Amino acid sequence: MRRYVIKRLAQAVGVLWAAYTVSFLVLNWLPGDPVTAMASAGMDSGDVDPARLAALRQEYGFDKPAPVQYAEHLGRAVRGDFGDSVSTGRPVTSTLAGALPQTLQLTGAALLLAVVLGGGLAVPATYTSRRWLRQLLLSLPPLGVSVPTFWVGLLLVETFSFRLHWLPAFGNDGFTGLVLPALTLAVPTGAQIAQVLAKSLLTALGQAYVETARAKGAGRWRVHLRHALRNASLPALTVVGLLVGQLIAGSVVVETVFSRDGLGRVTAAAVTAQDIPLVQGVVVFGALIFVTTNLVIDLVYPLLDPRIVVTSDRKAALA
Amino acid sequence: MSQSLVDDPAEAAPGPARPVAAGPEPDPGHRVEVGRLLRFVVRRPGLLLSVVVLVLVVLASFVPGLFTSQDPLKGVPSQNFRGPSGSHWFGTDELGRDVFSRVAHGAQLSLKATLIAVLVAFVVGGLLGVVAGFVGRWADDVLMRFVDVLLSIPALFMSLALVTALGYGTVKVAVAVGIAGVAGFARVARAEVLRVRQAVFVEASRAGGARWYSVLGRHVLPHAAGPVIVLATLDFGSSILAVSALSFLGYGAPPPAPEWGTLISDGRNYLANAWWLTALPGLAIAATVLAANRIARAMDGEWSRQR
Repeated sequence: MRRYVIKRLAQAVGVLWAAYTVSFLVLNWLPGDPVTAMASAGMDSGDVDPARLAALRQEYGFDKPAPVQYAEHLGRAVRGDFGDSVSTGRPVTSTLAGALPQTLQLTGAALLLAVVLGGGLAVPATYTSRRWLRQLLLSLPPLGVSVPTFWVGLLLVETFSFRLHWLPAFGNDGFTGLVLPALTLAVPTGAQIAQVLAKSLLTALGQAYVETARAKGAGRWRVHLRHALRNASLPALTVVGLLVGQLIAGSVVVETVFSRDGLGRVTAAAVTAQDIPLVQGVVVFGALIFVTTNLVIDLVYPLLDPRIVVTSDRKAALA
Repeated sequence: MSQSLVDDPAEAAPGPARPVAAGPEPDPGHRVEVGRLLRFVVRRPGLLLSVVVLVLVVLASFVPGLFTSQDPLKGVPSQNFRGPSGSHWFGTDELGRDVFSRVAHGAQLSLKATLIAVLVAFVVGGLLGVVAGFVGRWADDVLMRFVDVLLSIPALFMSLALVTALGYGTVKVAVAVGIAGVAGFARVARAEVLRVRQAVFVEASRAGGARWYSVLGRHVLPHAAGPVIVLATLDFGSSILAVSALSFLGYGAPPPAPEWGTLISDGRNYLANAWWLTALPGLAIAATVLAANRIARAMDGEWSRQR
C-alpha cells in the first residue's frame, strides 16, 4: 500500500510540473509576442508605445534568455508565486484564492446534483421491466450531452426567473441564487455519469454473483442496490474524477451566463485582457484540481476494491 | 470530451481484446453494402432524422441561400422583435434582421470552425498515436506521457490559454478547440495500432519481408482507422459545443458575423422580451450535435453488431 501511495504521489507531481511547462510554452512562445499582447489587451497591436513595451519586457523578465525565464518562473511557481496580474496588478495566487470559494460552492453543488441525476436515471432505467420507461430514461443522457450549457442556463433563466419569478436570474445571493447555475452545470455531467453507470449496471447484472445472490433468495431491490450497484459504481467513480476538471472549466461559461463572481468570471476577464500570468495561473490550477481529485480517487479505490493494490504491487515486484 | 473515452478508461490493453475483422470485402459485395446501409438507416427513424438534419446543416453551410432569401446582416428596423411567424420562422432581432437567415448563414462560420477543429485534432492526435503505437519503446513512453499531461488540463482551459496566445477569430478559436482535442485521438489511435499490430496478417506480412512503411500503410492503418473515425464523428459534436461556447464568450468572429454562439450571446440581452433570439439558435446547435452523436453511436456499435 505504501509503495502504491508514493508512486501515485510522484506521478501527480510530475503531471503538475509538465502542465506548468506546457502552459508556459503555449502562453509565452506561441506566435505573437506576449508583451505586445499584454500592452494592447486584445486590440489591434499596431500602435503601442515602444518605451512601454521595453519597460514591460524588463518588468516581466522577457529580456532574458528563454531557459532562464522558464527556470525563474518555475522556481517562483513552486513557492506558490505566479506573478502579478497584468490588468489588476494584484498577485495571481491571491486573485485565484479570492475567487475560489464561490466557484467551489457552485461546482460542489453541481457535482452533488449530477451524481443524484445520474444515479436517478441509471438505477430506475436498469431496474424497470417496462420497455417504454427504460427507453425513455435511457434517451435522456444523450440529450444532456448534446445541448450547449450556456443555452440550458439561458432557458432556465427565461423560464424560472423571467416568467415564473421563482428564482433570481443573476448574482451570488445565497441558496436560491445557486440553484439554477448548479443545475445548468450538472446537466452534461449528470448525463455522462448516467451513461457510464447504466452501462456498468447492465454488465454487473449479468455477472455470476448476481445470479448467486438471486439464487440465495435476495429480493430484486436488494440484489440491484447492494450487489450490482456497489460493483457498478467503480467505473462511475473513475468518470467522476475525469469530470471534475470539466466542472471547474464549465464554471467559465455558467458564471458568465448567471453573472456570478468566481473563478470562471476571473478566467473570462483574464482571457479578454490577455492577462498571461493570470491565465497561466488558472490553467495550472485546473490541472491541480484534476490531479488532486484523481489522486484521491486512486487512493480510495483500494478501499472499495482490494484487488487493485494487490495487482499493482505484484506488477511492481515483477519489474 | 468524447463518451467513448469515458466508457473505457483502462489503458489500451495490448491483448487480443477484440479480434481484428477480416479485410474489407472484395468489390462484388459493393452494391450489397449500399443496399444494406440504406436499409440500416431507414429502419431506424431516429438515425434517419439525424442524417437528414446533418445533411441540411452541411447544405446550409455551403449554400445558405437555398434555405432563405433574406439578408442575414441587413434588417428592417421597423420590423424588430417580431416573434416567430410564417415570414420570419425564427422571428427578428433588435435590428429587424431575420434570425432564421442568420442561423442559416451562421452555419457557414460555425461548421467551418468545427471542421477545422476536428481536422486539427484528427491529424495531430492521429499522428502522435500512430507513431507511439507503431514505433513503441521510448517514443511510446515520451508521447503518451505528453498526452497524459494534455488530458490533465481541462479542455476549455486549454482552449482559453491558446486563445489568449493566438488572439480572437473563428479560425483561431477552431485551432484552439482542435488542439484541446488532440489527446483523445492520440489515445484511441495508439490503442488501435497496438491492437492491429499484433494481428496474424501483420506478422505474416512482416515475415514475408515487407518494409515497415508498407506494413503500416497497407495493413495497420486501414484496420486501425475505424474507431478513430467514430471518434472524429463524436468529436464533431463536442467541437460544435466547444466552438459555440468560445464564441458565446466573445472570442469568435467580430460582431456582425452571425456565428451560432454569438447569436445566443446577443439574444441574451433581450431574454425578458424576446425568447426566440436565444431559444431557437440554441435549438439549431443542439439538433446538430444530437444528430452527429446519434450517427457516431450507430457507427460505433450498431452497424457491426447487425452483421
